Amino acid sequence: MLDDVDRRLLRNLQNDPAVPLAELAERCQVTTATAARRLDRLGAQGILKGQRAVIDWVALGYAVEVSLRFTLDKTNPRAFDEFLAEARQIPEVIEVQTFLGRVDVRLSVIARDMAHYQAIYRRKILTLPHIAELEALMHVATIKTSEALPI
Amino acid sequence: MIELDDIDRQILRLLCGDATTSAGEAGRQTGLSQPAAWRRIKRLTEAGILAGRRVELDAQKLGFGVTVFLGVKLATKGRVSLEDFERAVTAIPEVQTVQHVLGMYDYRLRVVARDLPDFERVLRRRIMTLPGVGDVEANVLLSEERLTGPI
Repeated sequence: MLDDVDRRLLRNLQNDPAVPLAELAERCQVTTATAARRLDRLGAQGILKGQRAVIDWVALGYAVEVSLRFTLDKTNPRAFDEFLAEARQIPEVIEVQTFLGRVDVRLSVIARDMAHYQAIYRRKILTLPHIAELEALMHVATIKTSEALPI
Repeated sequence: MIELDDIDRQILRLLCGDATTSAGEAGRQTGLSQPAAWRRIKRLTEAGILAGRRVELDAQKLGFGVTVFLGVKLATKGRVSLEDFERAVTAIPEVQTVQHVLGMYDYRLRVVARDLPDFERVLRRRIMTLPGVGDVEANVLLSEERLTGPI
């Protein structure tokens, strides 16, 4: 499994993904060659799956973000599949999560303003199949969003 | 706010798939020279649209088998300082994201743990002891998809 060097590399990379390899190696007190080899191995093992750019939707003019929490009508065995397939087609949906608990599915929906949100909500969200219950949480602010694992 | 054209959108989609894509590679895929692609990436970064990178790790393989979303209601609104709650909750390593929301909860937390007993430990020792914490609802994450969004 992972040793201390792997953990140090992943910790540093999580905190500063754009760090150049030579500097990452220095911070972790290993040679650049060792760091490169370790990162390759972590990639091959499927532990390090890659890096994705983060888009700031507010900077793109999407000022509103809403968490929609759904309970589905589970008497229909295809409720989840059909709901998810249609939810994925809505461009303003940026996250789809399924849960075990009181909530079955959560969608993150972004919109330019409240009027735009209302239009999406009425035309695209309320028409999704098999909704039993639905509640909304409006995002006010993101306080922490590192998503770093406590490795 | 800057206007995006189709090539900007294409570049954003590329970087959302793999943030380590070089300007040369982004240029090849969008029919631009390396310097032209580099200038566009720089412009998107300076406009705050490209807001950084996220390292994708396989949480399961790193021993974090459980992700739970908590809806937290503060018990005594007005008397508890939101800043105190936010400072304390942000310091918990297992708490990956903290969002201030409007609706039936005040905060939404994403928590990782090794397994359910480990989650119970985090919940009892760290979350339930936060200043001002009231009602807590837990939903265990089963699956998660991030979509490209409206670009």
